[in-house]
Amino acid sequence: MDHLDQLEGESIYILREAYRAFSNPAMLWSLGKDSNVMIWLARKAFLGRVPFPVMHLDTGKEFAETYAFRETYAREWGLTLIVEDCPPLESIDPSLPPASRFAARKTAGLSNAIIRRGFDGVIVGIRRDEQATRAKERVFSPRGEDGAWNFRDQPPEFFDQYNVDFPPGTHVRIHPLLHWTEVDIWHYIRREEIPVVPLYFARSGKRFRSLGEEGITLPIDSHADTVDAIVAEVAATRVAERSGRAMDHEAEDAFERLRTAGYM
Amino acid sequence: MTSSRPLPIVIVGHVDHGKSTLIGRLLHDTGSLPEGKLDEVEALCRRRGVDFEWSFVMDALQLERDQGITLDTTRIWFSSPARGYVIIDAPGHEQFLKNMVTGAASADAAVLVVDATEGVSEQTRRHAYLLTLIGVPQVVVAVNKMDLVGFDARRFAAVAGEVRDYLERIGLHPAEVVPLSARGGDNLAAPSAALDWWRGATLLAALEALPSRPAAADRPLRLPVQDVYREGDRRVLVGRIDSGRLRLGDALRFLPTGRTARVASMEGAQGTAPIAAVAGQSVAITLDDDLFVERGHIAAAPDAPPAQALAVRARVFWLDERPVAVDDSLTLKLGTAAYPVRLEAVERVIDTQDLGRHQADTVGANEIAEVVLRSPVPILFDPAADNRLGGRGVLARDYRLVGGCILEGPEGAGADTTDRNLTEVAPSVAAGEIAAANGHAGGVLWLTGLSGAGKSTLAMALRRRLFAHGWQTAVLDGDNLRTRLNADLGFTPADRSENIRRTAEVARLMAEAGQIVVVALISPLAEDRRRARRIIGDGFHEVHVSADLAVCEARDPKGLYARARAGAIRNFTGVDAPYEPPEAPELTVDTTTAPPADAVDRLAAYATTRFALPAGTRRRVP
Repeated sequence: MDHLDQLEGESIYILREAYRAFSNPAMLWSLGKDSNVMIWLARKAFLGRVPFPVMHLDTGKEFAETYAFRETYAREWGLTLIVEDCPPLESIDPSLPPASRFAARKTAGLSNAIIRRGFDGVIVGIRRDEQATRAKERVFSPRGEDGAWNFRDQPPEFFDQYNVDFPPGTHVRIHPLLHWTEVDIWHYIRREEIPVVPLYFARSGKRFRSLGEEGITLPIDSHADTVDAIVAEVAATRVAERSGRAMDHEAEDAFERLRTAGYM
Repeated sequence: MTSSRPLPIVIVGHVDHGKSTLIGRLLHDTGSLPEGKLDEVEALCRRRGVDFEWSFVMDALQLERDQGITLDTTRIWFSSPARGYVIIDAPGHEQFLKNMVTGAASADAAVLVVDATEGVSEQTRRHAYLLTLIGVPQVVVAVNKMDLVGFDARRFAAVAGEVRDYLERIGLHPAEVVPLSARGGDNLAAPSAALDWWRGATLLAALEALPSRPAAADRPLRLPVQDVYREGDRRVLVGRIDSGRLRLGDALRFLPTGRTARVASMEGAQGTAPIAAVAGQSVAITLDDDLFVERGHIAAAPDAPPAQALAVRARVFWLDERPVAVDDSLTLKLGTAAYPVRLEAVERVIDTQDLGRHQADTVGANEIAEVVLRSPVPILFDPAADNRLGGRGVLARDYRLVGGCILEGPEGAGADTTDRNLTEVAPSVAAGEIAAANGHAGGVLWLTGLSGAGKSTLAMALRRRLFAHGWQTAVLDGDNLRTRLNADLGFTPADRSENIRRTAEVARLMAEAGQIVVVALISPLAEDRRRARRIIGDGFHEVHVSADLAVCEARDPKGLYARARAGAIRNFTGVDAPYEPPEAPELTVDTTTAPPADAVDRLAAYATTRFALPAGTRRRVP
C-alpha cells in the first residue's frame, strides 16, 4: 500500500464518521482542486453517491470556467447542489482590509446557510500545509453558535478518536483533507484522473495555482499545462501555494482574523 | 515519481527550551522555508522591536507571537535529500498538555529538546513519560543552547547523562543524544566548528537514520466495524483495517458474537471491485451469511481474535480540569466501539518527576495513573503493547474528551477468556427470574469489624430472621472458611488478602444464584474490601460492625486478645496489625452499647429496603 492509499483510507474513515455523527451534514464545494478530491473521496466512501448536499458559497465573482465546471460535474456526479448567494460587500465589517472583506462575504454566506438550513456538520476541504493557522486545526473542529473558531481552547484529538458529541446549537467543521499536502492532492488527481477547472493548467505562461474569486486571485508564471507537469512544478517550488491570494497578505493577522470569525 | 509517506516527528520538551526555534532553523538550513518567509519574519520582529526570532516561523497565531509561547500543536512539512518529514510542534507549557498529546499521538518519532543551561526540567520528564505511554517509540535528544554554556563538552556530558538516566528508567532508549545550538544553526543540519570535539551525528543525520514504523499489515486482521449501510436488501459493512490483510473469500470471525462468515464481495466506487486490502485502507464488504453486525463489533482473523474482559487494567492520562474519582462514569472509546465504563479503582497515581507512586481516589488534570475500568459488556481489545489502536482509547465525559488510556490487560485472574480457551456460558435462568421466584434479589452484606465486635453473632441472627420469612440466605464466616476452603492460608498480609479474594468470589457466585450472603470477616484493610467490592459489583453492601477496641478486648469471646497481648499470636488486628475502618460504608451498626437485637433489626430493615422486590411483585417480607 502506498502513501496515497493511506491518505485515502484516513479521509474515507473521517467522512464516514461525519456522516454517522451528524443528522444534517453538508459539504462545501469551492470548485477548487481540493474540494473536487473531497467529493471524489465521498463517492468512494458512500458506494458511489454523495449522501448529503454539496454547497457552493457563491459570491457571483467566480471565473466563467468555474461556473461551467459546476454545472457539468454537479450533473455528472449526481450531486444534490445548493448554491448559496453570499451577502453583498456593503454588509461586511468595513474595518477589514479590502480582499479580506471580500473573503468575509463567504463567511457570512456560510453562517446564513447554517442558520437557515440547520446544518450541524459542515465538511470543508482545507489542508494543514496551506496556511499556518489552518495547520493548527482539528479534524473535527467545534464552532460556537456564531460559527467562531476558539483557537485558544481547542479540544484534544488523538488515537483517531474524534469529538462527535457536542451541545445543541453548535456546529462542527469536519476537515477530511487536513493531513494532505498540495503535492499529495496532485498525485491523487493524476492517479484517479479527477477532473479540475481548466484554469489550473498553464495558458500563455500563466496558470492559477490556488483558485479564488476573480479580482483577488492572481495567476503564477508557469508552463505546466498537464497534471504531470503540475506535479513536477509543485514538488520543486519554494513559493507558498496561496501567494496569489491577496487576502492572506494584507496584514500579519488578516487570515487569523478571518478564520477566528468563521472563515474556512 | 510517486509520493511517499513522510516520517511524522514531534518536537517536545520544557517550555522555553527552544522547540520552535529549533524547527524554524532546521527548515531554513535544509532550504525548506518558502520564499519570502524570512523577510516576513524579519518584518514581524522589527515591528515588535525584538531581535530576529526563529520561532515566529512556526508560531502562527498573533497571541503566540506576542507572548512568545506555542499554544497549540501545528505541523509543517519539509524534505531532506533522503526523505520527507512532517514536523509536529507541540506546546511545552503544562497548561497545554492536551495540545501536546494531540500532536504527539500521531508521531512515529520524537525530538526531545533540553536546555543545556537548565538540564532536565519538569516538562522534559512529563513529555518523555507521555511518549512511552502514547506509543512513540523512537527518540532523539537535542541538548540545545550549547552557545550559552560556551559549547562546553563537560556540560553536555552532564546534561546528556541526566537525560539518559531518566529515559532508561522509563524504558526509552534514545537513538542519539546530540549537542546543538538552534539559534546559531550549530550541529542542526551541518556540523559546527564550535563543537569540534563532537564526534557524533548532527540532528538531521540522527533523524535520517531513524527507521520508519513497521507496517501493521503483517499482524492479525482487525477490522473494527464503523457502520452498516443498506443497499436495497444488501447490508454493506464499512470500516478501516487497523491491522492485517483482507481478501475476497476470507473467513472473518466477528466479536463479540463469535460468529463467522466469509467476505462475499468488496465494494469500490466508480464501478471498480477490489479483491484485497491491507491495514490503513477503508473498505466496504458484504458477507456470505446474514449475521447481526453493528458498529463497535470487530472482524478478526479467526485464529487470532482480540481479548475480551469486563474489567481492564489501564494507564490513563487525564486532561480535564475537573478530576475523575472512583465510581465515576465515563465513556471508553476504543476503535469504533464506545463502552460505558465505571472507574472502579485508582491503583496508584504516578509522579512523572521521580516516578514515585502514591495512593489516591481521584486523578486530576495532567496526572497519569494506573486504574481499573469496568464495563457491563465485554471490552474487546488488544493489549497496547501488541497493537497500535486496539489498545489505545480515549475517555469522554458529557460532551468532552477528557483523557486517554492505554489498556494493559484484563483485571483479575481468569478474566481473559480468550487466551485460556475459556468461553463463559450464558446463564439459563436470568437474575430477574430468580429474584421474582424468591421475592428478593441476591446480594452480599459484607460485615467488617474488629474481632469481638459481634460480626458472627449478628450474621447468624440475621440469617435466622431472614430465613424465618422465607428468604434464601447463607453465611460465610471467616473462621469456618479457614477450616476448609482457606485451610492453606495463614495470617500474613498476602494470605489475608487471598482469603478475602476467595471469600468474595464465593459470595459472588452465591449472590448470583439468588442468595442473600452475609459475610463475617474482619477484613481489616480498605484496599482488600475495595477489591471485594470490585469482584461482587453492585450487589456489594459494606456494613461496619463497629465497637471500641477496649470493649472488644474486654469481651474477647475466643480468648484471642489475651493470647495476642501475650505474644502467642502475631499480626492480630487491633493489637499488632492495623484496622482501617470503612470511610463510607453502606451501613454502620454500633455494637459498643446497643443490645444485639437492635442491631439485627437495623440489618433486617436495611436488607428489606435493598433487596426486597417492590410491593406488588414481592411475595414475602421479613
